[in-house]
Amino acid sequence: MVDGGVEKQEERLQKQNKLASFEEAVLPHLDAAHNLARWLTRNDADADDVVQEAYLRAFKFFGGFHGADGRSWLLAIVRNTCYTWMQHNRSPELTVSLDDDVPEIESKDLNPEALLLQSADTQMVRQALEDLPVEFREVLVLRELEEMSYREIASITDLPLGTVMSRLARGRKRLQLALTNRKHAEV
Amino acid sequence: MSCERAEELTPGYLDGELDLARSLEVEQHMHECQICARAYRNQTTLRSSLKNEALYYGAPEKLKKRIQASLRKEAKSEVFPRAFGWRWLTVGASLAFMLLIGVVVWRPVPRSIRPSGDELLAQEIVSDHVRSLQLENHRIDVISEDPHTVKPWFDGKLDFAPPVKDLSGQEFPLLGGRLEYLNNRTVAALFYSRRKHFINLFIWPSEHAGATGETTTQRQGYNLIHWTSSGMNYWAISDLNSVELHEFARLVQQGQ
Repeated sequence: MVDGGVEKQEERLQKQNKLASFEEAVLPHLDAAHNLARWLTRNDADADDVVQEAYLRAFKFFGGFHGADGRSWLLAIVRNTCYTWMQHNRSPELTVSLDDDVPEIESKDLNPEALLLQSADTQMVRQALEDLPVEFREVLVLRELEEMSYREIASITDLPLGTVMSRLARGRKRLQLALTNRKHAEV
Repeated sequence: MSCERAEELTPGYLDGELDLARSLEVEQHMHECQICARAYRNQTTLRSSLKNEALYYGAPEKLKKRIQASLRKEAKSEVFPRAFGWRWLTVGASLAFMLLIGVVVWRPVPRSIRPSGDELLAQEIVSDHVRSLQLENHRIDVISEDPHTVKPWFDGKLDFAPPVKDLSGQEFPLLGGRLEYLNNRTVAALFYSRRKHFINLFIWPSEHAGATGETTTQRQGYNLIHWTSSGMNYWAISDLNSVELHEFARLVQQGQ
């Protein structure tokens, strides 16, 4: 069974190659993957599990990845894995449809508070961002923490560009409002 | 520029997503309007309060190690049929169990007629087919109706030369081809159509030189036909009715 041996060896080599090129293309984005998962799940242990599962999924589908942008490709998988996780855990976030029940916030309501914002501390910002509905949170995290372009965010979230823009704008307003309210409560 | 328009454009301005002309208009407006200027300052303040390393949850070092370990396991386990799920928690247990099965059942049975392997492969093929239809351009890497363009495209990308047939005369026009990862290897995927139906034809070298007859299965509403000839494995899949898909399979095999 000489042939079988050679074949096995080739197969092993092929697998090693796949693993090596996967690690090279996708492993450098582990921080980004974890950051997104942590903000979406809002829990350390869950974020770890989700990221690990996302990596295994990514590995399985790596054959279908020919693009140059490993980060966006991975983050889209991480996001999907997070949503699957939220569904399994019956996260209440997913049962609320955001576009209907959220009153629009007028910019003029926010303006006098400009200076208050400057003194918002880290913990306060973290809490306010965590409290945002997931749809706003995810675009803000991708934009402000990952510094991704609208186009990249649209491809990760599978949303039209216009929706990405409006969610970002509304998410920022809500965040501003939440922070100024907190500061008021403190004073 | 009106304040309303400025308010609309401010986020894009902040994010550097406006073209130059628009950016200048917004800037001009900010000079003229204190309210909009303040709203913009608010947003920059918000941004700088988010640009805080303490808010960025980088991955813990132990997670990286955990993932690398699970990837190595996954890479190894890819030989085995994935009948028992691939979630990391169960990988260890499944591996042991599959090894046991491998010893008892698998080895004496040639690969080509191993039913569970084919079952899983069929499932993989359905997923690939569906995925290829979901994506833009149907995920064709080389778009061409000409076999003499498609075939050379695979050169150097595969360790074999897939036969590419022109079936446009028989009303199965070729649309293109791409690489796909199936059955733990890179395979050729040819994309044909008939009327509004799409056919994926997956090809990779067979372990056996001989030819086998066609096997037909149905899964999730798709028809799948599998055969081996001239040392190649073929899987054709489509939502086309089985009569026409058989005709397609026959045409592909003609003259081989």
